[in-house]
Amino acid sequence: MNRTLTRPLTDDLLRPLFHTSVWFYGLVLVLGTIVACGVAAWAYQVWYGIGVSGLGWPVFWGFYLTNFVFWIGISHAGTLISAILRLVNATWRRPVTRCAEAITVFALMIGAVFPIIHLGRPWLFFWLMPYPSNREIWPNFRSPLVWDFFAINTYLAGSLLFLLLPMIPDFALIRDRTTGWRHRIYGALALGWQGTTKQWHRLEAAMQIMAIAILPVAISVHTIVSFDFSMATVPMWHSTIFGPYFVAGAIFSGIAALIIAMALLRRFLRLERYLHPVHFENLGKLLLLMSLLWAYFVFAERLTVWYGNEPSEMAVFWATQRGAYAPLFWTMVICNLVIPFPILSIRRLRTIPGVVVASLTVLVGMWLERFLIIVPSLANKQLPYSWGSYSPRPVEIVVMVSSFAAMGLLYVIFAKFVPIISIWELKVGDHPRPALTSLETDEAAALWRTQP
Amino acid sequence: MAVDLDRCTGCEACVTACHAENNIPTVGAGQAAHGRAMHWIRVERYWEGDFPDVRVKFRPVLCQQCDAAPCEAVCPTYAAHQTDEGLNAQVYNRCIGTRYCANACMYNVRFFNFFNPEWEKPLHLQLNPDVSIRTVGVMEKCTFCVQRIKAAKVLVKAEDRTIKDGELRPACAQSCPTSALVFGDLNDPESRVARLSRSPRGTKLLEDLGAEPKITYLQRQPWYESDAY
Repeated sequence: MNRTLTRPLTDDLLRPLFHTSVWFYGLVLVLGTIVACGVAAWAYQVWYGIGVSGLGWPVFWGFYLTNFVFWIGISHAGTLISAILRLVNATWRRPVTRCAEAITVFALMIGAVFPIIHLGRPWLFFWLMPYPSNREIWPNFRSPLVWDFFAINTYLAGSLLFLLLPMIPDFALIRDRTTGWRHRIYGALALGWQGTTKQWHRLEAAMQIMAIAILPVAISVHTIVSFDFSMATVPMWHSTIFGPYFVAGAIFSGIAALIIAMALLRRFLRLERYLHPVHFENLGKLLLLMSLLWAYFVFAERLTVWYGNEPSEMAVFWATQRGAYAPLFWTMVICNLVIPFPILSIRRLRTIPGVVVASLTVLVGMWLERFLIIVPSLANKQLPYSWGSYSPRPVEIVVMVSSFAAMGLLYVIFAKFVPIISIWELKVGDHPRPALTSLETDEAAALWRTQP
Repeated sequence: MAVDLDRCTGCEACVTACHAENNIPTVGAGQAAHGRAMHWIRVERYWEGDFPDVRVKFRPVLCQQCDAAPCEAVCPTYAAHQTDEGLNAQVYNRCIGTRYCANACMYNVRFFNFFNPEWEKPLHLQLNPDVSIRTVGVMEKCTFCVQRIKAAKVLVKAEDRTIKDGELRPACAQSCPTSALVFGDLNDPESRVARLSRSPRGTKLLEDLGAEPKITYLQRQPWYESDAY
């Protein structure tokens, strides 16, 4: 990219920060109202007791935990994908990484709220933390829920860092273009960035370290979420396959969420110049790969259970295969494999609308998958006398819908105050090279000094 | 505890006695249909054969007070924990209501307070002062009438003697008209419950899952009846 084009690029990507459209207020109002409804529904539940939900004996976990696993799964969009793409130096990643990393942080925040919403006495949630209590009681480190607490917080801290680090040069850019209170806020966020060569090297090194460090953390998080289930001797929960199965499903749903977010941003912030069909095509190929991997995991899990023919597991197996949960199960298979597979494997269909349709069905399918892992097993445990059923009540549905609105709200606000496409990375990366050479970082430094 | 299934008539006196002794709330028909009924002990009914040759089997199921209890390991706050005497205690004040223990329990004998407890009049006048009332959002389950165990300890200490076998009984065993439920000290090999638990008629419920339940179910075994034995 020659330098005459970089000024329009900067102006273009900073436009949402300086020009607020009526769409922004409208969206914030609508999404904020839905989120407020969700908060009100939760307050209603806290006031009257968790009994206003559809939970009961023997299905003690339902929609809330489904949403918890679903959102933690969505959070694997960003960090994992952008870390892998950074490490292999895929040049097409540059306009994609920040959208992805933002999804991670927001999905984790939303996901982490669900276990608290689901508690019988949510005001005591801090008993899950190891804090210096005067009774000297610590949390029970044998409990997978405590592992969850540590895993999610580690991942949240890591992915926040991973999101914030590459934002520093962009914050500095905004700092230098603003005055007054905005200048002060962005100045504080820019952490004294001057764009010296030394600072660029440090930033590059820090991002390299974070990209490597975040990978095992991301994989461990969803493995530990799967341990919530596989540690209990509940039929079809007690499975060695759950760790990788959950991680694969998480990346699968994460890519789908990323594609949808990118399509919406492209449409509403008019980013057609930066988010090209090739980005959607490449992510579509990744989605296809994960769809096949997911199908393989489901096949391996189901076949071993069926072949083993253990009675208590077969009760759950048939309940999902041709019993009460069969419609949901086969909808899941259609959404996760039957619809996305042809769309994503036929080149002519792998267009932006095609990939978005596939992603939407994958999100529905993956949500159903989380539900089908949790509920049928609890409803069909070892003693047939204690079999039961579960159906959600309005409060659970309102809270769930508001969690989606919360994702939208956080994203809209984020895109308003932060350039959603990393400006300096775009400027640096227009020459496809295997690695970011020191010459290149120097060039970026020089560019940065001349441009603002 | 030992449960003699050949003696159980399914009269559910144990269920009623347990409700009265342990201040277990009655939730009403509507809530019961949503799975909110609480019965620390329940009589499971299983039918065998086709009409008219039907046999019904009763199985009282209560907390099995497992030695390797799956409910205890998963509780993040130690609300479910093993006492020195081998009881699975539930500390109501410590429970935050994750309900993980109820999922991990293969016997489904843990019950959750989805609302604050209520009793239809005049049941509210018969609450047991020795048993605490559980609030909304905590898990509860059979305690083997721990309040009676504590009272008996105080009594024998005051009288400076050891407890006699059969002197201490939880409400279910006390009210069983056929003495199907036998309670006692499993550590004393000469106690009635220890002898019964060694009986060839004895089995443990879902023993193969490895929770090491303490309750023995006594039942005529098919091989026991056959000519070969």
